Amino acid sequence: MPFFSNNNIIVMKHTISELEDIASQVRRDCLRMVHAVQSGHPGASLGCADFFTALYFEVLNHNPKFSMAGVGEDLFFLSNGHISPVWYSVLARSGYFEVSELATFRKLDSRLQGHPTTHEGLPGVRIASGSLGQGLSVAIGAALGKKIDGDKGLVYALTGDGELQEGQNWEALMFAPFHKVDNLIASVDYNGQQIDGPTEKVLSLESLKEKFEAFGWHVITSDGNDMAEITKALHYAKSLTGKGKPILNLMSTQMGYGVDFMVGTHKWHGSAPSDAQLEVALGQLKETAGDY
Amino acid sequence: MKKYTYTEKKDTRSGFGAGLHEAGKRNENVVALCADLVGSLKMDAFIKDFPERFVQVGIAEANMMGIAAGLTINGKIPFTGTFANFSTGRVYDQIRQSIAYSGKNVKICASHAGLTLGEDGATHQILEDIGLMKMLPGMVVINPCDYNQTKAATLAIMDYEGPVYLRFGRPVIPVFTPEDQKFEIGKAWMVNEGKDVTIVATGHMVWRAIEAGEKLAELGIDAEIINIHTIKPLDDEAILKSVKKTGCIVTCEEHNKFGGLGESVARLLTTEYLAPQEFVAVNDSFGESATPDQLMTKYKLDPSDIVAAAQKVMKRKV
Repeated sequence: MPFFSNNNIIVMKHTISELEDIASQVRRDCLRMVHAVQSGHPGASLGCADFFTALYFEVLNHNPKFSMAGVGEDLFFLSNGHISPVWYSVLARSGYFEVSELATFRKLDSRLQGHPTTHEGLPGVRIASGSLGQGLSVAIGAALGKKIDGDKGLVYALTGDGELQEGQNWEALMFAPFHKVDNLIASVDYNGQQIDGPTEKVLSLESLKEKFEAFGWHVITSDGNDMAEITKALHYAKSLTGKGKPILNLMSTQMGYGVDFMVGTHKWHGSAPSDAQLEVALGQLKETAGDY
Repeated sequence: MKKYTYTEKKDTRSGFGAGLHEAGKRNENVVALCADLVGSLKMDAFIKDFPERFVQVGIAEANMMGIAAGLTINGKIPFTGTFANFSTGRVYDQIRQSIAYSGKNVKICASHAGLTLGEDGATHQILEDIGLMKMLPGMVVINPCDYNQTKAATLAIMDYEGPVYLRFGRPVIPVFTPEDQKFEIGKAWMVNEGKDVTIVATGHMVWRAIEAGEKLAELGIDAEIINIHTIKPLDDEAILKSVKKTGCIVTCEEHNKFGGLGESVARLLTTEYLAPQEFVAVNDSFGESATPDQLMTKYKLDPSDIVAAAQKVMKRKV
């Protein structure tokens, strides 16, 4: 399906409907992983399933035969590591490791730790994350490394919105435009929720778009739960690289998207569904690629 | 007592600066980062010759540690530079998660460690950094004793794959180790063989231990002096061999007695070979403003304190 992005015709690898089907399976994986160990973070995993699917199945130039350096490839860094279920699912579904390994999530001796890590050698992961606010800095470092090497691959990062309360993000946000790190596309999961409640009530982020612009980023906005729009937004972001500014995709999502009783509330940030809740939830999500 | 002489005094931070410049020449993957302390860290020569491999981060140490971790991913060897306080305590979680737990090949290079930073006072005089860094699994901790050894250590850590904490300081001190020395990480350096008491020292305290050894010799005490430039991994073998000969040990460090070299030695002795130990270290205190020499005297890190500790520990021999 071709569409226009910044005057370039983009030929997509999948139809939007195919991508939506993959995202549905990814959401099933997330819920089943969290349910199996009665721990983990389903809310923003569901909310970001469309972004991850679009990124890994459509946008990212990557090789599932993983190498840490990823020379010539695009790299992705997850700063809000607690949404590991969605990342693990997408990594497995795109060939980094066997889908059956998702059943080991958060269990003893698993490579699928509660929060992502390089420590157990899981393919696809290049840095540990979980303690918030660090991923953007790491992504900047990787982007600078590519620039030094003349490597044309891009660097993608995802941070949460509540996570922006961590000061290190603002050090990174100040650094990247000043140093013209224009091979970097950072997305913010703008769901307005955090553990203790809505971000507006916990510590309001206020005028995020204006803040990023004031820091010197090229800011685009997108609906992260509309597959056509998020795919288009990521392609558009890609077309903006190499022009002297880092790109920030301020992506609105709904925590818990895809399951009616989970959507739009912080209550499912870090709670697992019961047996009955899982059954209801799975009933709302099509099994498209076979459960693990 | 083997005679040690010196012709000049230099600061160990300049040894780092010279080592970093040389590292830049030898390996094009070496990159340097600094948080607004280029002059203090003596990074000017590197920046002049390799501007494309230098990153000025500004006063943002947390960001610096994260960027350094990211730079390792495509094979760069980042050396971060700031004061020891801002290299460790201020950024402990960044180092823990993004560098140590992630197994990244970052060289954390820390100047102005300890009391000898002097007049700036306790806010800048970290005495807890060795403890903080040695507790991190997989972290190598090095505190060389003079200009030449710091330069050699800087080059050695470039060739070592994994996270390293390199600690050095501000004051000028005697240059007494060879210019062309081979620095082996984790290998203690025998300063003087003796039979009555073992004195192990790290960093600026090594020269003070030599001065103490000379005084002890005048008192008829034959001290074995060992330079422990690598606190982790500790050279267990060298320390045990020496203590089995002398039967007692004094540990010397410009650091809090909690968490430093002394406690690492105590752990070794209690598990492998019981022997009395005395600590020449800061007694669980912050520092304060004064000249370096005044502080070293007030906080009992002088050669005379090492002599007293040696005499005391010898009386406790079984």
